[in-house]
Amino acid sequence: MLNLLGKRLLQLIPTLFFVSVIIFSLQQLLPGDPALIMAGEERDPAVIEQIRHQYHLDRPIPVQYLYWVKGVLSGNLGESMRIHVPVLDLILQKLPVTIQLGSMAIVIALVIGISAGIISAIKKNTIWDYAANAFALWGISTPNFWLGIMLIFLFSVKLGWLPASGYVPLTEDWRASLASTIMPAFVLGNAIAAILMRHTRSAMLQVLESDYVRTARAKGLYERTVILKHAMRNALTPVITLGALEFGTLLSGAVLTEQIFTIPGFGKLIIDAVFNRDYAVVQGVVLVTATVYIVLNLLADIAYVLVNPRLRT
Amino acid sequence: MADITVNTKLIPAKDVPETLLRRAMRRLSRRKSAVLGLAIVAFFIALAIFAPLLSPYDPVAQSWTLVRQPPSASHWFGTDDLGRDILVRVIYGARASLLAGIISVGIALSIGVPLGLAAGYLGGFLDSLIGRMTDAMLACPFLILAIALAAFLGPSLGNAMIAIGVTATPIFVRLTRGQVLAVKMEDYVEAARAVGNPRWRIVFVHILPNIMPALLVQATLSIAAAIIAEAALSFLGLGQQPPEPSWGSMLNSAQRFLVNAPWMAVWPGLAIFLTVLSFNLVGDGLRDALDPREVGRS
Repeated sequence: MLNLLGKRLLQLIPTLFFVSVIIFSLQQLLPGDPALIMAGEERDPAVIEQIRHQYHLDRPIPVQYLYWVKGVLSGNLGESMRIHVPVLDLILQKLPVTIQLGSMAIVIALVIGISAGIISAIKKNTIWDYAANAFALWGISTPNFWLGIMLIFLFSVKLGWLPASGYVPLTEDWRASLASTIMPAFVLGNAIAAILMRHTRSAMLQVLESDYVRTARAKGLYERTVILKHAMRNALTPVITLGALEFGTLLSGAVLTEQIFTIPGFGKLIIDAVFNRDYAVVQGVVLVTATVYIVLNLLADIAYVLVNPRLRT
Repeated sequence: MADITVNTKLIPAKDVPETLLRRAMRRLSRRKSAVLGLAIVAFFIALAIFAPLLSPYDPVAQSWTLVRQPPSASHWFGTDDLGRDILVRVIYGARASLLAGIISVGIALSIGVPLGLAAGYLGGFLDSLIGRMTDAMLACPFLILAIALAAFLGPSLGNAMIAIGVTATPIFVRLTRGQVLAVKMEDYVEAARAVGNPRWRIVFVHILPNIMPALLVQATLSIAAAIIAEAALSFLGLGQQPPEPSWGSMLNSAQRFLVNAPWMAVWPGLAIFLTVLSFNLVGDGLRDALDPREVGRS
């Protein structure tokens, strides 16, 4: 186990190195002189020269990269060019909002996706199975920004049940907070529910054909006990670990969902930064996202090994 | 010496082994959902190609007298906030979406497949290097990396296609590498190596055609993902620029008029949904049709 952990941690080093290279290289894609872009309206050559010196833009690119990595390793992701706040502070400020939204979305996805997957597998080739598969296809094919707009039209414009936009923190008023986040959380959870449904269905179908399930049935156990106690427990292990890898889908979805519902989270931060040409924030957000994804990936691997004794050797 | 007689009797057609492609097409044609998907894809391709012939109005011409008109006999899908016919813009929007889907997947294939072939066939340090680079790209969520790339490259449909294509590349690198590893020890590859074929010939003539089915399935599903990504980038203002029509940017402007003109949001969204759904149906159908485990069921 320790060997495996050590091996996986060693593999992370080159991956993180390439992540840093990719993110640093984004800046090199900017057309023209980055110092001029950072200066904005300011055209004073002295100011531009000062920016160039401050951000080490007057040094060769590999040296610029080393300065950037040194900053990142000491927790300095740069400073927002627009509001002059450290990028890390901005991210930490917005993250709780996205964590709340993401957690609600995961709960919705797990409830819908796993139940639909189980029903689909145990009622294979019936109307329930077809309906669950149709739901999965719908979830994967529906653009979440369109679903969000349609839900706003139905529940806010037509029925007036829920607020169309805005965010109330959980600590301020939990009811208002739930009302402001339930629609975006559903939009976000919908696509992940579809993916989880497909994983659950195929894992359940495989488990239901296994010998120990046949033995459990032969012993005369109730079908409910066979499914809930024997089949589901084994089928859901890979589904949960695979689900952890949907973190990327969740964050990609959060970008659009937060934009539509005007929720001041992590996703909206990157879009606002893009429109304000606040490139340090864009780089910081991508770096934090990739690092969290890599750590989650590692945890999912470890969890998978922990619940599968055969893989521990 | 005994006379040698040559049996010149023709082998009946049904005994000739079916090619992989023909068998896949036969199995695909039996799947109603895949056939439906193909029909919808063909419909949207026809819309994109014949857009000028099918459109009675100019997709960008504004009319202040026709602002936000609900659906009617003269404007089936209604008009938008600048008085433009929504049906015509949906028809022209198919061009941007399909083009983005096909070109960005083309970019991903043309970078990803050679890298995957090299990593899988040559192995060693190159394999490790390409593998770690792929891991690094896959660690950045698809849309976030595409947004970041599009933001740094500048907003335009061309740059959005490059951003989506580059972001989709690692999937093809990983898939190609895995497929190459699976087939490179097969007898026919060993035989090709034994008779002295150069490496490039083994890779391009013997390995590549045999991994095409898996690439074809992934390419079809990736087109669906690329169409959604293009619509998302255009929705955020990083793809097709106004006044040129695109389904994503149409949804962006529709969001502001949801109370007074909800029809503005319905049609472009439905068009994205139908196109993506149809590519997913075809992709799923192709995957089942090309799956060797399905042989007994065909």
